[in-house]
Amino acid sequence: MSVIEPQAGARAGHGGGDNASEELAGHGHLTTHFDEPSLDFSGPATQLSEQTLAELASIAARYPQQRSALLPMLHLVQSVEGRVTPAGIEACARILGLTAADVSGVATFYTMYKRRPVGQYHVGVCTTALCAIMGGDDVYARLQDHLGIGNDETTDDGLVTLEHLECNAACDFAPVMMVNWEFFDNTTPDRAVEVVDALRSGQEVTATRGARVCTWKEAERVLAGFPDGRADEGPTAVGPSLLGLGIARENGWRAPEGPPADEQPSPDAGGDR
Amino acid sequence: MTDLLTPVLTANWGDERAWRLTNYEHQGGYQGLRAALQMEPADVVAAVKESGLRGRGGAGFPTGMKWSFIPQDNPKPKYLVVNADESEPGTCKDVPLMMASPHTLVEGVIISAFAIRANHAFIYVRGEVLHVVRRLQQAVREAYSAGYAGKNILGTGYDLEIIVHAGAGAYICGEETALLDSLEGRRGQPRLRPPFPAIAGLYASPTVINNVESIASVPSILTRGAAWFSSMGTEKSKGMTIYSLSGHVARPGQFEAPMGITLRQLLELAGGMRAGRELKFWTPGGSSTPILTPEHLDVPLDYEGVASVKSMLGTKALQCFDETTSVVRTVLRWTEFYKHESCGKCTPCREGTWWLVQILKRMEAGQGQPGDIEKLLDLCENILGRSFCALGDGATSPISSAITHFRGEFEAALHTPAWELFPYGASTTYVREPAGAPA
Repeated sequence: MSVIEPQAGARAGHGGGDNASEELAGHGHLTTHFDEPSLDFSGPATQLSEQTLAELASIAARYPQQRSALLPMLHLVQSVEGRVTPAGIEACARILGLTAADVSGVATFYTMYKRRPVGQYHVGVCTTALCAIMGGDDVYARLQDHLGIGNDETTDDGLVTLEHLECNAACDFAPVMMVNWEFFDNTTPDRAVEVVDALRSGQEVTATRGARVCTWKEAERVLAGFPDGRADEGPTAVGPSLLGLGIARENGWRAPEGPPADEQPSPDAGGDR
Repeated sequence: MTDLLTPVLTANWGDERAWRLTNYEHQGGYQGLRAALQMEPADVVAAVKESGLRGRGGAGFPTGMKWSFIPQDNPKPKYLVVNADESEPGTCKDVPLMMASPHTLVEGVIISAFAIRANHAFIYVRGEVLHVVRRLQQAVREAYSAGYAGKNILGTGYDLEIIVHAGAGAYICGEETALLDSLEGRRGQPRLRPPFPAIAGLYASPTVINNVESIASVPSILTRGAAWFSSMGTEKSKGMTIYSLSGHVARPGQFEAPMGITLRQLLELAGGMRAGRELKFWTPGGSSTPILTPEHLDVPLDYEGVASVKSMLGTKALQCFDETTSVVRTVLRWTEFYKHESCGKCTPCREGTWWLVQILKRMEAGQGQPGDIEKLLDLCENILGRSFCALGDGATSPISSAITHFRGEFEAALHTPAWELFPYGASTTYVREPAGAPA
């Protein structure tokens, strides 16, 4: 029995090896990511244009050593292709003088890089301990039910991809939902459903702390380092972020006064020159 | 006597468009940079050392001392890297800081880079906070336009390039050596130390890596003085810092106070636990810090105080859980987090976290087996201290501390599901509206 040779008719990519190990392990129904029909490793015609390739190269030029650009470059690939495609991997490899295997190794390490097409709106629900307990589990379950999809799956209309997230650094706003990496704080199952319904019906939706929600691809472009002009949208801070500050003001509490200007900086630190 | 709360870093968070340069300057912004540029870099390091500022990202290492480890006779370029990969469960202070007042960080970056004679600085921010990335990008652009960054800063001849670098989803990249590998365009896996980053960090060059809050504290030290900073806090834990209160409290939120405030004091300010409920357990500084109980309410929340009760100050992420909460369930969910985030480099962490989850899962379902508690502790013992970085150690903290304080719940897990002992619906909070959020 050959367990190493790819089997005849195996799909491109790693499919052969996994089928072989399936046989070896004797699990009739063992499937892996590589067996999923939605994963198309041959890939459609790439949408990476000359302009995108030039932008990829411009990211590489920002850094003292080009390879540092790989993460933002992969974000840019996603902003055009809707996922990390084989063509995108090869483009990054060519520009940085790496092998496709090097780039794939990086792309598969990070959860924000997707191998399957992501919907227009990526909806993430925090289900790490604190959010989960305060209602994140319910929010996630309700959205699964409402959308009829599981983790990392996309609705048939291609609009919403659902994923459960690990802690997104907004615990004082728990439970937290993210849409295209914008905050939807203090969510509830009902509110979460309202938000996704609004998104699917084409309404403009604004984050509770942030900007009007853009598309997932547009968000990826910002993460690649190409601003979208929305930095001035949204508040400075809200609610819990301001709680301590508000209490301090009510009570007249403040940090001690600094020394008079002519004593700055402290004498031991060298003083003015 | 210092006031109970001392807003410095958070002082402008209530201001209209505080993220814009002109508004930041209007509040005295970039005066710290101007003061620093009048000094020798070594004197800036000395001032930060003298202030007593210690790392706000969890480890509490003295910031100025870290800077002084950079060998200035090393001919390689020096680098400053800001760890803005805030991901430790419970931790939520750097994100609002960067969203509200990114210039506080950017000014700190320029001063700190000047102090260690770096001409390149990187802000490695987690990718999952889009609006924070936007505000940082804009703040850096504004700093360039105003002559605070780029070539010949404020006519001093000092050059600094600042790059905002978005990560791509990996808790491990908050570990400083994994962050460096990630910033070099690799899988984010920790490096063996030594050599420490100060000697061989980014591109094998001398590198300082500091947390956002540490760097953001630097401008205030330059404008108001080291003595001012160290007039706040306790003997070995100086200055003001941001405490993040979350969970089943009446009003969760951020509180900037001198080091050493207690949870009892913070809870009083927050209106206590939610109505009719009592504190059951809490983390002092994120999920990687051993959990504490109401008997620790009066422990000073400084590095020494929390260490004295066998936990760690960590990131000052005070996650408070009330008596409706199942400890077994909570610990399982934290352990699932570590399992998911283990980078896979070290066997004890990669394999151990999977075993821990399997055991905790059956315990949550009330199907624990005799000896499971001992097995959990044995696994923890075999993970703790046996991996390159602290992720594995952190994974064991909630488990071993929870068994210490709540062994009875783990014993009950041999026969009764957690959701029967603690009906999960009672732990949720849907009634609270996002206070102050725009309609």
